[in-house]
Amino acid sequence: MAAQIFAFILHKDGQADDTALELVAAAQKLAPGAAPIAVVTGAGAGLESVCQELTAAYAEVWKFAGDGLAYPNAEIIRVLLLKVLPKGSVLLLPHTTFGMDLGPGLAVKMDAVYVPDVMAFDGLDGASLKAVRQEFNGQVSTHLACDTSKGAVISVRSGCFPAGEPGSAGGKVTDKSAEIGELAARRRFVEVLQAEVGDVDITKEDVLVSVGRGIGDKENFPVADDLAKAMGAVVSCSRPVVDAKWLEKSRQVGTSGKTVKPKVYLALGISGSFQHMGGLKGNPFIVAVNKNPKAPIFQVANVGVVADLLEFVPELTEKIKAAK
Amino acid sequence: MEILVCVKRVPDSAENEIELKPGAADIKRDDLVYSVNEWDNYAVEEAIQIVDRVGGSVTVVTIGNEESEEVVRREMAMGANNGLMLVDPAFDGSDGRGIAAILKAAVQKGKYDLVLTGAQADDGAAQVGGMLAAMLDWPYASLVNLIEVQDKKLRIGREIEGGNQEINEIMLPCVLSIQTGINEPRYVGIRGIRKVASVEIPVMNAAALGLDSAGVGQAAARVKRVDYFVPPAGAGAEMLEGSTDEIAAKLIDLLKAKGGLK
Repeated sequence: MAAQIFAFILHKDGQADDTALELVAAAQKLAPGAAPIAVVTGAGAGLESVCQELTAAYAEVWKFAGDGLAYPNAEIIRVLLLKVLPKGSVLLLPHTTFGMDLGPGLAVKMDAVYVPDVMAFDGLDGASLKAVRQEFNGQVSTHLACDTSKGAVISVRSGCFPAGEPGSAGGKVTDKSAEIGELAARRRFVEVLQAEVGDVDITKEDVLVSVGRGIGDKENFPVADDLAKAMGAVVSCSRPVVDAKWLEKSRQVGTSGKTVKPKVYLALGISGSFQHMGGLKGNPFIVAVNKNPKAPIFQVANVGVVADLLEFVPELTEKIKAAK
Repeated sequence: MEILVCVKRVPDSAENEIELKPGAADIKRDDLVYSVNEWDNYAVEEAIQIVDRVGGSVTVVTIGNEESEEVVRREMAMGANNGLMLVDPAFDGSDGRGIAAILKAAVQKGKYDLVLTGAQADDGAAQVGGMLAAMLDWPYASLVNLIEVQDKKLRIGREIEGGNQEINEIMLPCVLSIQTGINEPRYVGIRGIRKVASVEIPVMNAAALGLDSAGVGQAAARVKRVDYFVPPAGAGAEMLEGSTDEIAAKLIDLLKAKGGLK
């Protein structure tokens, strides 16, 4: 591919996000031998140290410093990228809440194709790209084909392109701040409100009984509570349970909730979306109980039971009690 | 506040086992349970609540066929004032950009201060809202879980990683994609559906929207789905089989071995 590949770098507190190295790996899968250019926006000393850190993995780092860039506001960064990216560029983004905010509109403004939430690349023939992604909450995958000749904005699912070692690219940092000019936006960042702390810290628990949509109703929670009590475990949950206000947000496992690292994770009626699994670290022993044999959780669990949790779990609880 | 909410009729992936048709060009759709996309339902509820507070009206729009009418009617039963159907064979096979182009034409046929979409739908692309905003040249925010109306602008919250909330101010008119959990969508009963059963829902095709049909649909799509497939199962889970009794006994042994029983 002739087009230059760029990677947008997220960073915080002077450190590049894990996705910075994943994007290097993704660029290599997209076009073996490619030398992607890192694009970093920010302000102050944190920006400087991130840029230096990135020179280990990227041969070239474009730095954009400005007061309005201290927090990444996608509405401002879209304007910036439109000014500085050459026509026909390919931009890799992490498929995070920032990537989702920036990518679709940027692709339209660049007149480039948008390829969201990519899990793998399946060949690039000239400008014709094939990519793999999922639909229907991970139940099926699909191949997409698109023409990147006018450029592409590609958001990459976290964890799908394992980061290599930072390497010794010995890259150089180019300060491109002078190219930014005026950056006006009709959306202003105000502040980040930290998530509330709950009564129980699920991030510190070794054994979690985690409840998903399959629990069906708030009335059914004693089924999970009783099992957790018998096991000496704590109850956590997936997103739909919090949306329904059945449990507090502080009990939610996932990218939009808590990142947990238990030894044993019992997933009851949880489909296993990538956002949920993204919150589960440390390679726990995963047991999945789900009535849908096609649920994606069975791809990642160690042990699976196809059953209605409302029927299966009470029997399991009784047996555990009896075994004590 | 005049609010347009974009909704989609989708197979309910929580209730369905998705299987592929022979040839894998599509999924088997005949026996699927369809409903309104979950995120869209939150968007409609939010629009209704905003109008309850500050006045105005809510219009629910969908692109589809006659079958999509049921979701528009359902959202009207929730309390949306108007429905709008965008129906034309030329729309079939549109990619995200095509869908956004059709919606843009509909937005420009009306007078709206605010357009809401769901944060994502069945294909998980999370793209149409952002594309629509760019085409309209309106500001955009995704994954919104709080909206407060101020003078000519909104104070909004975006759900970001870790469940934190990013607060922004955004000028009207704007496009927002709505995250689940922003509210508790009201229940719609049979009686509510009956009440709106005979309300006329206007239908617009490409010509009525002033759209060049060459710019939308399958032929214009720059991102095309080649096929569906089910990835070869990796190691996958060891599936426990037998009677409930046997399964529970096996599971207890495994949990004991792994330190799952205290």
